[in-house]
Amino acid sequence: MVDFRIDRRAVLGLGAAAALAPCTGQAQPRPPERPRGQVIVGLSQEPTVFNPLMPGIEVDQGVWWNLFSPLWYTDPEGNLVPDLAREVPTLDNGGISTDGLTWTVKLRQGATWHDGTPFTAEDVKFTLELINNPSFRARSRIGHQLVRDIRVTAPDEITWRMEAAYAPYLSILSLTFMVPRHLLSGVDPNTATFNSAPVGTGPFRWGARQPGDNITLTASPAYHGNGPFLERVVFKYIPDLTVLYTQFRTGQVDHTSIQGISPPFVREARTLRGRVIHVNPSASIEHIAPNLEFGPLADKAVRQALYMAVNKRALIDAIYYGLPAPTESFLPRQSWAFNADLPAHKHDPAAANALLDQAGWRRGAGGVREKNGVKLEFTNSTTTGNPVREQAQQLLMQDWRGIGATMRVQNMPAAVIWGEFWQQSRFQSVMVGVNFTLGADPDVTPRFHSSAIGAKGGRGQNNYQFVNAEVDGLLVQGATQFNQAQRRATYQRIQALVREELAILPLFQSAAVEGVKEGLNGYRPNQNTSSNCWNIREWFWTA
Amino acid sequence: MSGFLARRLGQSLVLLVLVSMVGFAILHLAPGGPMSQFASGSDMTQEDLDRIAEQLGLNRPLPVQYAEWFWRMLQGDWGRSYRDGEAVLNVIGSHLGATLQLMLTATLLAIIIGVVIGTLGAIRRHSIFDTLATVGAMIALSIPTFWFGLVAIYVFSVWLDWLPSGNRFTPGDGSPLDLLRHLILPAMVLALVETAIWSRFMRSSMLDVVNQDYIRTARAKGVPEARILLRHAFRNAALPMITVLGLQLPTLLGGALVTETVFTWPGMGRLFLDSISYRDYPVVMGILMFSATLVLLGSLLADLLHAVADPRIRLG
Repeated sequence: MVDFRIDRRAVLGLGAAAALAPCTGQAQPRPPERPRGQVIVGLSQEPTVFNPLMPGIEVDQGVWWNLFSPLWYTDPEGNLVPDLAREVPTLDNGGISTDGLTWTVKLRQGATWHDGTPFTAEDVKFTLELINNPSFRARSRIGHQLVRDIRVTAPDEITWRMEAAYAPYLSILSLTFMVPRHLLSGVDPNTATFNSAPVGTGPFRWGARQPGDNITLTASPAYHGNGPFLERVVFKYIPDLTVLYTQFRTGQVDHTSIQGISPPFVREARTLRGRVIHVNPSASIEHIAPNLEFGPLADKAVRQALYMAVNKRALIDAIYYGLPAPTESFLPRQSWAFNADLPAHKHDPAAANALLDQAGWRRGAGGVREKNGVKLEFTNSTTTGNPVREQAQQLLMQDWRGIGATMRVQNMPAAVIWGEFWQQSRFQSVMVGVNFTLGADPDVTPRFHSSAIGAKGGRGQNNYQFVNAEVDGLLVQGATQFNQAQRRATYQRIQALVREELAILPLFQSAAVEGVKEGLNGYRPNQNTSSNCWNIREWFWTA
Repeated sequence: MSGFLARRLGQSLVLLVLVSMVGFAILHLAPGGPMSQFASGSDMTQEDLDRIAEQLGLNRPLPVQYAEWFWRMLQGDWGRSYRDGEAVLNVIGSHLGATLQLMLTATLLAIIIGVVIGTLGAIRRHSIFDTLATVGAMIALSIPTFWFGLVAIYVFSVWLDWLPSGNRFTPGDGSPLDLLRHLILPAMVLALVETAIWSRFMRSSMLDVVNQDYIRTARAKGVPEARILLRHAFRNAALPMITVLGLQLPTLLGGALVTETVFTWPGMGRLFLDSISYRDYPVVMGILMFSATLVLLGSLLADLLHAVADPRIRLG
């Protein structure tokens, strides 16, 4: 007798193959019916935080995407796609009330935690309450702190009230992973066993961790979504980027993630047989962060002159091998709110000199300009041991010396620079790459609102100490708008104002170069997820 | 003997307390701190960061922090890593195996090869072999280990494709053969430098001994050369090696930072570097105390072994 039963995984697999296959006319590889093989992901930083609500960096987030699930996620095209939710709440489907204050989320039925416990609305309620628990070391409370009166209306439905309408919350929730109430309630969530043996609803289960070396995840047979098609994922920590590239070259690593392949190796990497190199625009904007309350940098004319004096093209070509794209905005070019009409940077040292003369900055002893006894001198800091940035600093120093400005390098270890020095605006200027977006949302309230200056007791990371009443108003307005066209106009104006004021000196939108072994299918870079390991559930090897 | 032991152990304990005080002070007074790891991976406000500092006890006066840490350590609680929340002893334990495996292999290779080269060099002084061994040792000692490591990776992994370029094992494999293949390159690179050291020590020690009167007397009495070498010269020449071996104990377990980094070997050296970078105070202090204990134990062990091997020495 012929068995006509259809295997769920096979159906999902076909769906995945269809979705992943570009229309080339050739037979596209199909994912296997059962998880097969393993993938070794090389990382230059070690993932050490496994509670997805606690402070973690990109490499941690790469692991979280495979262990846990959000209610919905943002795909590479910027669309919100339901995951643990049945649908993404909107004004149209009634999930968000017309005043933006009441949210109702319908949850997927049948999803389970890796230990077999059913996932319910109680877990969502617990997650949101845990984030707002002041004694818990939550990674971020932005948006969550507005949530009030959470009610579980059914095992698969939850509703809450927002203290104020806040459109970016959709995007914030796309990066908020749900945690299990049954394992975290009644224990100290900062030190719970869960934090070193996490249990999620994601495509892979926690396998083993060898500290300082690797983390192994294994396929979850009960995963509610598409995939996984691999038996195992190994996140391998390789601290040295040269060694990471060598191991990719010799085939010991299947994928180089996050910091991936350093610019000096890219040309050679492209010639390697059996390796595919991807240059992915990242959401990180490399810029000079001026402390706007520090001496000469408080003067807008100085910032404009410094910006004009930068030979951006030479910097990108000589130091970064031409990989990143110059930008004028704090948003990535791919963002729906990106403003393409900002004034283009022009390398013009003569105009920079004229501007400084006009602003009263006169050349003094040694050719360094001065005004009212203040010298045009400042330090620039970045993380020590970053040779690419250190070279870029040398070029900047040279460019700025030409207009009578002296920049001194004052680099520091990460443990020094990104602490109070950065958070409390104790720097003069910093060279840094920042992803300003909240997921895919262009809201930059935590970065540019005057209430977000940590040094002045604010909540946020406006470490530049940028204060602009119009930007403040627009940020408030943008956060309460749910119509994308209206929001686009708001954020484009904000970009124009930040560019006009040069609150940051934008250099370029970074490009992450990542490598994948030939035959590994499903890799889809996604700048909305902070890690391109976000969809390993869809990856599979060509049979 | 027991008096000697009690005195040495007492001195060691005092030294350990001093080391812990100095280490704790230097570590905490160094710029930066563990809070930057919380700040950089989050949108935390200063208020949130202050609360974490309070929870971790980082905002108390340094002497209070030290006293609390010391008291807990005496009770066997070495604290928890700020990075992953694991108990410090577990963190050290999880890296110790890898370091022991690498360092023991490299040291054993180095001792065997170094002693043979050193001995042969001494008994055939100024021969071509001795000259080559001396030049080879100087080259091995002068060139940085990371360079050796990178050349070895290029030749044996990238070019010849004989051996893996790093890691302790292949994920999903881990068979003895797989472990051995991964061990060869880092052990070879480490052993190269150590061999040079051992051969130089052995050569000079052997030269001292072969010119002694009792060796000449043995020869005059017609004792076969092989017996003179093995029974009389080698045993005496090996005595200073015991001291060297004792002092090598902490190095053995402390790891080889450069080699571990180049070969992605998850040992103590890399753990120490990572912990310093993140200002993971509990782990750094744990490694410091562990290393200091090993230094003191190694030196004590060397003294004891010396007494056992050389009947002229009486401890008391």
